[in-house]
Amino acid sequence: MTKKKLGSRQRQQLTVIFAFTVIPLFLLILFTYYPFCKMVQFSFYNMKYIGPRKFIGLRNYIQVFKRDDIIRTMLLSLYYMAGSVVQIGLALYIATVFCFKVKAENLWKGFLFFPYMINGIAIGFIFKFFYTRGFVLDTVLQALGFDLNNLPYWLKDQAINNWSLVFSSVWRYLGSTMVLFLGAMMSVDTTLYEAAAMDGANKWQTFKHIILPSIKTIVTLNIILSITGSLSAFEPPYVITSGANGTGTFFVVMNDIAHTSQKVGLASAMAVFLLVVIFIAKMLQDLLFKYIFRNVNADDESHEAKKRHKKTALERGV
Amino acid sequence: MVAVKENSIKSQNLRVTCKPGAIAWTAVKYFSLIFCCFIAVLPIVSCVITAAKTEAEYQSTNVMTPPSNWFNITNYTKAFTMANMGVAFLNSFLILCIVLLGSTLIGSQLAYVLNRFKFPGNGLIRNLFTFAALLPGIAMQVSVYEIMTSLHLINTLYGYIIMMCGTDVMSMYIYIQYFENLPISLDESAYLDGASYFKIYWKILLPLLKPAIVTNLILKGVGVYNEYYCANLYLQDKRRLCTVATSLYTFTGPLGNKYNLICAGVIISLLPALIVFCICQKQIYNGVSAGAVKG
Repeated sequence: MTKKKLGSRQRQQLTVIFAFTVIPLFLLILFTYYPFCKMVQFSFYNMKYIGPRKFIGLRNYIQVFKRDDIIRTMLLSLYYMAGSVVQIGLALYIATVFCFKVKAENLWKGFLFFPYMINGIAIGFIFKFFYTRGFVLDTVLQALGFDLNNLPYWLKDQAINNWSLVFSSVWRYLGSTMVLFLGAMMSVDTTLYEAAAMDGANKWQTFKHIILPSIKTIVTLNIILSITGSLSAFEPPYVITSGANGTGTFFVVMNDIAHTSQKVGLASAMAVFLLVVIFIAKMLQDLLFKYIFRNVNADDESHEAKKRHKKTALERGV
Repeated sequence: MVAVKENSIKSQNLRVTCKPGAIAWTAVKYFSLIFCCFIAVLPIVSCVITAAKTEAEYQSTNVMTPPSNWFNITNYTKAFTMANMGVAFLNSFLILCIVLLGSTLIGSQLAYVLNRFKFPGNGLIRNLFTFAALLPGIAMQVSVYEIMTSLHLINTLYGYIIMMCGTDVMSMYIYIQYFENLPISLDESAYLDGASYFKIYWKILLPLLKPAIVTNLILKGVGVYNEYYCANLYLQDKRRLCTVATSLYTFTGPLGNKYNLICAGVIISLLPALIVFCICQKQIYNGVSAGAVKG
């Protein structure tokens, strides 16, 4: 009797498992894994979307490291990496500010975060306008006493245009990084802040001993992610400068190779190369976390101990 | 958040005398906030200013000079018709509705199965989704394009919609995390009362999943509304199949320096995002920090 019932239950389970996984798995395979395999295959061919294909072995990969325009993009990604380090630092600072008492907290946060909600094309136009000669940025700088003749062409001057683009990306993502960090900071037991204030800890001590340990993991994660993120920078140069004047990033050049010159094989090889970089970063992250996690756990324990200590101290005081 | 506010108020009360250090910190604190917010808002405000200017004003005055009439809407109407934004909003709305419905169902069902049942392949499916998140999206389009071509899905709204419906690992984990907080005894008692597993999911768990659904709807909604690359690539008939993001792109080319129109178009395109942001600010923050948990 029970056996029979169990059987029907299992059958029902299997049905629901099948019914609920088949569509997501189908979509995942169709739009992610199948194209992924295709991409690896393409990377060994000299081909266009339509027409004959010729197997050329590793020659596409050799091209990736030989073509000047591609090598340039890798150096270019260093700008974006620097930008994200600045972004992380700034986000950390602002999130810390929000950890202490701030008036009209939601208003400030809203202003800082809203750029994240804007679509990339609109941001492109906003910054094209912002940087145009004699327009927004120049006007503000002139009001601050700069002479227009001494100001560079923000999007044409090769000495500065990549920084201009990086700034637009920092502008867009600063608020979201800040909210991310703030979320991690708030996940700490909030009595810790209280206890610290009662003990007369100054802001720096509070930051160092309470805030920093709580976000060590997420900050490390973000720094590692910025390696791959900087190679994947796409929208700012694509929309604002169309990759002209030496601003074409890895993806912009790849997009061009794939869809304009239709060198699908080479573009695929670039994609596979990027994937390898991502994997290395991922492994680096896992490796780092193995060590950091140990420390974090130790820290957590000491926090617990401190908290208990403070609580008992408080109770005794009362 | 509230707790911390209270804490700081308490700590302020405790320290009755204000030290000079505290005053300096307050000054630095507000100065940096004002400075950062100024920079965050300046580019948008400059667009609002320019969008309200008449053609003559735009030609003759500096970009930061306030317009004579803030409520001059001629640029907005012009930009709206020129970029074909009526069609664009309709398409974007349609895409959003179907994709959000589809991805909510697909994502929550997958999370339900992965969280509630132990079966061979459970871990494998999780890993497949996690690994997929590592693959660079734009880079993959090189070969996705070929597949879309061979399936005749290019230049059709449904093709684009199907593509966008796939679950990403982040929303899957947000659902799974939420399922973990719903006690399994809930399912058990319903099962013993004779409900089928499908009914348990649909009638009992899905309604309880509401907060996670809202978070995912917002995150996915913002993502889909702002998605440009694939929309541009796969919806090639720009008159008929434009989305809000791709319709904005009409302003490149011959209209490239008509910034009073461009700014109006930009402001129109970000209005829906602004409205959603004002209503759901808190859920959006939650969504962004929830993504952090799984990194």
